[in-house]
Amino acid sequence: MFIINCPYCGDRDQTEFSCHGEAHIPRPTNTATMTDEEWGDYVFFRSNPKGYHRERWLHDHGCRRWFNALRHTVTDEFVATYKVQDPRPQIPGDGDQS
Amino acid sequence: MSQSQRLSQGGMIDRSKPISFAFDGRQYTGYQGDTLASALLANGVRLMGRSFKYHRPRGAIAAGSEEPNALVQLETGAYTEPNTRATCIELYDGLVAKSQNRWPSLEFDIGAVNSLVARFLPAGFYYKTFMWPASMWMTYEKFIRKAAGLGVSPVEDDPDVYHGTYAHCDVLVIGGGPAGISAATAAAGSGARVMLLDEGSEYGGALLGTSDNAAAKSYIDSALGALGQSENVRLLSRTTATGYYDYNYITALEKVTDHLGPGNGGDAPRQRFWKIRAKQVVIAAGSIERPLIFADNDRPGMMLANAVGVYINRYGVLPGNDVVVFTNNDSAYQVALDASAAGATVTVVDTRRNVSADLKSKLEQNNIRLFEGHAISSVQGGKGVESVRIMELSADGESLQGQAWEIVCTCVATSGGWTPSCHMFSQSGGKLKYEESIAGFIPDSSRAKNSCPNVSAGSCNGVFTTQECIAQGVEAGISAAGAAGRSGSVPSVDTFAVNEIPQGAIAPLWLVPTVHPVGEGKAKHFHDFQNDVTAADIHLAAREGFVSVEHLKRYTTTGMATDQGKTSNLNALAIMANIQGVSIPEVGTTTFRPPYTPLTLGAVGGQESRELFIQERKTPMHEHHVASGAVFEDVGDWKRPWYLPKEGEDMHAAVQRETLAVRESVGMLDASTLGKIDIQGKDAVKLLEMVYTNNWQKLAIGSCRYGLMLNEHGMIFDDGVTTRLGENHYHMTTTTGGAARVMNWLEEWLQTEWPEWEVYCTSVTEQWAVLAINGPKARDLLRDLTDIDVSKDAFPFMTMREGTVADVPARVYRISFTGELSYEINVPARYGKHLIEALTEAGKKYDLVPYGTETMHVLRAEKGFIIVGQDTDGTVTPHDMDMDWIVSKTKEEYLGNRAQARVDTRREKRPQLIGLLTEDPTVVLPEGAHIVAEVLDKPPMPTIGHVTSSYMSPNAGRSIALALLQDGINRKGETVSLSMMDGTVHKAKVTDTVFVDKEGVRVRG
Repeated sequence: MFIINCPYCGDRDQTEFSCHGEAHIPRPTNTATMTDEEWGDYVFFRSNPKGYHRERWLHDHGCRRWFNALRHTVTDEFVATYKVQDPRPQIPGDGDQS
Repeated sequence: MSQSQRLSQGGMIDRSKPISFAFDGRQYTGYQGDTLASALLANGVRLMGRSFKYHRPRGAIAAGSEEPNALVQLETGAYTEPNTRATCIELYDGLVAKSQNRWPSLEFDIGAVNSLVARFLPAGFYYKTFMWPASMWMTYEKFIRKAAGLGVSPVEDDPDVYHGTYAHCDVLVIGGGPAGISAATAAAGSGARVMLLDEGSEYGGALLGTSDNAAAKSYIDSALGALGQSENVRLLSRTTATGYYDYNYITALEKVTDHLGPGNGGDAPRQRFWKIRAKQVVIAAGSIERPLIFADNDRPGMMLANAVGVYINRYGVLPGNDVVVFTNNDSAYQVALDASAAGATVTVVDTRRNVSADLKSKLEQNNIRLFEGHAISSVQGGKGVESVRIMELSADGESLQGQAWEIVCTCVATSGGWTPSCHMFSQSGGKLKYEESIAGFIPDSSRAKNSCPNVSAGSCNGVFTTQECIAQGVEAGISAAGAAGRSGSVPSVDTFAVNEIPQGAIAPLWLVPTVHPVGEGKAKHFHDFQNDVTAADIHLAAREGFVSVEHLKRYTTTGMATDQGKTSNLNALAIMANIQGVSIPEVGTTTFRPPYTPLTLGAVGGQESRELFIQERKTPMHEHHVASGAVFEDVGDWKRPWYLPKEGEDMHAAVQRETLAVRESVGMLDASTLGKIDIQGKDAVKLLEMVYTNNWQKLAIGSCRYGLMLNEHGMIFDDGVTTRLGENHYHMTTTTGGAARVMNWLEEWLQTEWPEWEVYCTSVTEQWAVLAINGPKARDLLRDLTDIDVSKDAFPFMTMREGTVADVPARVYRISFTGELSYEINVPARYGKHLIEALTEAGKKYDLVPYGTETMHVLRAEKGFIIVGQDTDGTVTPHDMDMDWIVSKTKEEYLGNRAQARVDTRREKRPQLIGLLTEDPTVVLPEGAHIVAEVLDKPPMPTIGHVTSSYMSPNAGRSIALALLQDGINRKGETVSLSMMDGTVHKAKVTDTVFVDKEGVRVRG
């Protein structure tokens, strides 16, 4: 049972939140010209890493705001939570900004 | 034979308060302060139950919560509780308990025949025997279920009350022994908010079982007294930490009134379930002694050495007058001294040859015989140990040699060393390390989980003297408080010493040899008493390749009983390590899982049971429906009128009457539960364009439009009517069950994908009470109550007008889910009751009939209107629903657009919505019935579709159905077959989906 730092409300119990999978997957704007494979990749495929993961959370039973979190999927450590429009926080020990 | 084993003095029981209780129908007497186990032992009762698989006679081996054997059925009737540990039941007046898993009686048990056929019940027996042929399992199962098992579940409702509660603290201390008490004292002194939990009725842990426990008690009382004075300390005794979850979330079960007996708790709950969030945790959970594993080591009278000490010192009970202490370490020598002091004849059998001179002289002073380098080779006595034979161990400990000596005894106190209780640390995500010097696993603090900051102290951390435990506790308390941001001045914590002999140099002997190789001969070497698993089973598992610790566990069921292997796991791992010739850490440990001890489900539920189990949503008109005799249906969390029977009507009759009335005169339905979302902002129409499949740019103010929502898979997930209220102001309706889902869907896109759009969505479902009036007389009825011009031209179909209805402000939407002339009257929720009362009164002259959801379903099916979630199931597209008319061909983009062009959504022969008319018009097909391509003698038959909605339609004068059928739209006019469960076959004609008023005249009337 995590404690999650909502960027709008502060530390709250996990029961107030729901997780909505990988973050930073923008909806394509060229859907008409996409192949089925490209479209399927957008709709169905996610990275599912063992390690640090940027993911979307919703503070359902609170401010009802969507935000992003950088969480380690093994240790469940939240490195950071950040607003949708905020820059992506860096993965610890990794120069990669992606 | 009254309390024949009770010592004349000593113990922490209150001899002035005798307590009478019954076990297996016999009356006994014990004292206040006894447990059921100690009271039975005081009365000379060693036999307390039969074992799970072999029905072997068993008695208590422990004095605490690790007890595997002495499980009893506590109390009777509604209060009965199976598998309760006699060692944890505090004795109360009138207690009634029964032994388990025996028939007809504990002394004479027919199931014990399993012992005679034990050859045929080894590990893996179930898998091997019953996997094939599958059909025979049905036969075997009855036999197995009866022959193997534990207690009996209660069949009546639980009469007890349970509470759940939350707590927060800086430092949570788990365990109230010397380490825990000193940790709590140090942390509280530092200014931390502290909670101290202990599973026992008294604080003190192992100190309570020592021979100088009177002095210990005053030490504990003074420490507890000081803690109790502190405002920032909460003390919870009889409280077991059951689970340790992420971010220091700990659950604990407090047995509030169990010790008073059933029904005697007054207003207090029976148990309270704590959900605690702690900044820091100090784990001071103690350690558990391991039994030595030797031939027939399960006979009643065999006990863990420390348990014998506890029964003598805490309860004033001598478990046997002739005691053999069998050990591989020093700690049991204290028990030998205590038993001797209590008057027993004691013999010590030590597997080691290098017993210290100090210990030897202590034994000599007390006339205790010592056999060094010896081991028990066999045990005599069935329902209780009568004597043991001992032989000399070979130098390598692998075999026995020389002459056997027979020692008469009624109690064998065994110690195979101490296993630190790492359950909480392991549950918190921490890893263990093997410590050779104590032959056990301890927490590896360097591999704890960062999100679960904790520190272990005391014997759960591998230190075994009271003074070391206190010192570690103090250190842990200070560091935990500091880490929680509390670092006030720390008071000095008194230390304390007791008569104890620590484990010392342990010589592991994981499996004591016999004259036969393991598994041969009649004797059994039990390591898991509760699941009846023996060393021979581990050998078998190894031979058959189940060497991984997780496989070993599941194949033999080691550690999978209700005690979760507290006394058995390490022994099992070590035996497997020896077989494989690897070290114990190479074998590894299985995962420790919550709960630490069995947990009452009622306590987990707490107050949230019965009517509080789930919230009920009621509309503002609910009282009126109740008064009208409505039968309710659950829709989501809502209570909706299902149908409103008149005297003598069943559901069918009521629904047929209501359905006819709507098309003949006028009916009214409480539609308040429909999801309603107020949408405002200059980009509102852009949102509608994206979430609906059709066009919204040209919708006029005051007009309504039906819309279909798709997910990105192109599948229908909700529908409803949206009305334009103003320039940038819309009122969206959703399905009752989909309201929250749709609201989240809109917010998700707005917040994550189009945050620059200026759109505001507000859920207004509960702000409005809604009555839908449907039928040819709806206009007349409405006209009588409103200032709105309701004439056909002034108020056309698919528009909204504002005004008053029944003298209250209202928005009236002329939309229809029945195909009739229809108005949905929305008034502020507080006027809901007023509105339905006013309409009921005014409707009398128009034969107004209230109707429920079932009639609503029939009416809409007569018109072929779909219900999302009934006629759709998340795999159907608008095209599958024959609803291409609502999908824009001109819009560039909307959610779900691209997916409709995928190969799979475009393929032929997708299931499509059609109507079905059975050849026999009286047959109402069951919903879910399969349309088969070919009728065969018996299933399986190739399925080409299924019925989604099916009713008797009084307006069509026959049964009607909607169905999803492969390539259905092209099959209209064909006849298909539907095969029923009972073998009958119905023929039906494929039709379009509209059964009444095909031209749609009535709705525009």
